[in-house]
Amino acid sequence: MSPRRPPEIAGEYALFIGCTIATRSLNYEVSARKVAEAFGIKFVDIPAFGCCGYPMSHVDHDAAIAVAARNLVAAQERGLDVITLCSACTGALTKASKKLAEDAKERAHINKILRESGSPEYGGKVNVTHFTRVLYEWIGPEAIKKKVKKPLTGLRLAPHHGCHYERPAYLFDGFDSAKRPKSLEAIISACGATPVRYLNMERCCGGDILAIEEKTATKVVNSKLKDIQASGADAMVLHCPFCSIMYDEYQATIEEAFNEVYKLPVLYLPQVVGLALGMDPKKELGLNLNNVKPKALLAKLGVK
Amino acid sequence: MAEDASAKPEKKGDDEPQEFIVVDCDELDPKFKEEVARESGGENIRRCFQCGTCVAMCPVAEHDPRYDPRRIIRMVNMGMRKQVLSSPGIWLCSGCYNCFERCPQDVKPTQILQAIQHIASREGYTHKAFKGAIGLLIQRGRLIEVSEFDNRSRVKLALPEIKEDAEPTKKIVIHEKLDKRAEEKKPEEKKPEEKRPEGSK
Repeated sequence: MSPRRPPEIAGEYALFIGCTIATRSLNYEVSARKVAEAFGIKFVDIPAFGCCGYPMSHVDHDAAIAVAARNLVAAQERGLDVITLCSACTGALTKASKKLAEDAKERAHINKILRESGSPEYGGKVNVTHFTRVLYEWIGPEAIKKKVKKPLTGLRLAPHHGCHYERPAYLFDGFDSAKRPKSLEAIISACGATPVRYLNMERCCGGDILAIEEKTATKVVNSKLKDIQASGADAMVLHCPFCSIMYDEYQATIEEAFNEVYKLPVLYLPQVVGLALGMDPKKELGLNLNNVKPKALLAKLGVK
Repeated sequence: MAEDASAKPEKKGDDEPQEFIVVDCDELDPKFKEEVARESGGENIRRCFQCGTCVAMCPVAEHDPRYDPRRIIRMVNMGMRKQVLSSPGIWLCSGCYNCFERCPQDVKPTQILQAIQHIASREGYTHKAFKGAIGLLIQRGRLIEVSEFDNRSRVKLALPEIKEDAEPTKKIVIHEKLDKRAEEKKPEEKKPEEKRPEGSK
């Protein structure tokens, strides 16, 4: 399958930040905006954006697709494609975007719901792309490498691709392997750091069942933290606020519950790219907002 | 349902598997698999040949014996409608799609589980976490409140303020009658006097 690449990468895109990033992952948002700017991507904020529909995917098919489509309509009205940061939003919006582009019958059905709910109809033409995919596929590791001012030499970083960024593969044109994804590794390498492979790399964060069964969810996280610790990584790199809540916000709780010590910094991918581009760790990348403080890591790089 | 006390293990805690189920042929609903197959995502359920690849790849099943996608799919194909829809296990799928990408029969277990959840929700079994989510979407149009404090933190980082507007999302949620589901009780909690007496059919 040929990658979907816009003719001119630099340009305007609607930034969909979703509910979690807007309140709990400002470090992700701030760093992603700065990194996008550095590559000539202009994010447009659309006030009408709300819930992506993901929470309803466990309750009702039509409601999940219609709530997602409502956001696509808001982007359509501005004539913009959507770039997402949260993987759950990416999954929900991409599913709606693909289904409604390919299936005219379903589009008519969802448009009836939208119409009766007072929303304009959806034409089926808005594309949705996760920001990491933009970095990996549109901009590409080579172009990132050329912009690197402070290579992260010596840093060992463990990538966590998570789930709704590349799976299910049919939604994402198979742009990265669904079984052995490697896009994060390519970007980490472009930044001069060493990507670390570890056991059970493709396993998920369990964030989806945190509200259903907290104990099970924390066991899922603990086993992955253990695998990463065994790999000797300096930090974990991810690109979804749910994953970050599980590995970063919950890390201290998990250390206490399972009697473990990890102290594993968890970085958002744009924070890693931003560091390599020589951006200010606090003002531009919000590294002070990460729960596990990456002090030792920054000292290793010689940045304050 | 026929009971065999010796077949039931004592419940020790929430890590224990669900109680063993005695299959009562009179209670089976052979149409259940077709019902799931009609649901979006449930189409391929009859292809399952019980190999267990889904369980081998499942990050949840590894830590919680109550979640077993192969068992759930088998129960659907056997027609154990009520046991499946009322089972707490159906809500434990973390939606990671690892099984989906590896199933040799392309059963699409992740989407099967969602299809089952959708039927369960319509039957009054919506998990309380999602009842809460429905409430939040009606109240705020988003899953997490954006407080004044949050907006102040955003402005400090030169991020745009966010104004909640629940209306457009709320209208869709109510149009699909999910507000009713958020309030609904489980079938067995409704008017116990109307329950069928044991053994009658």
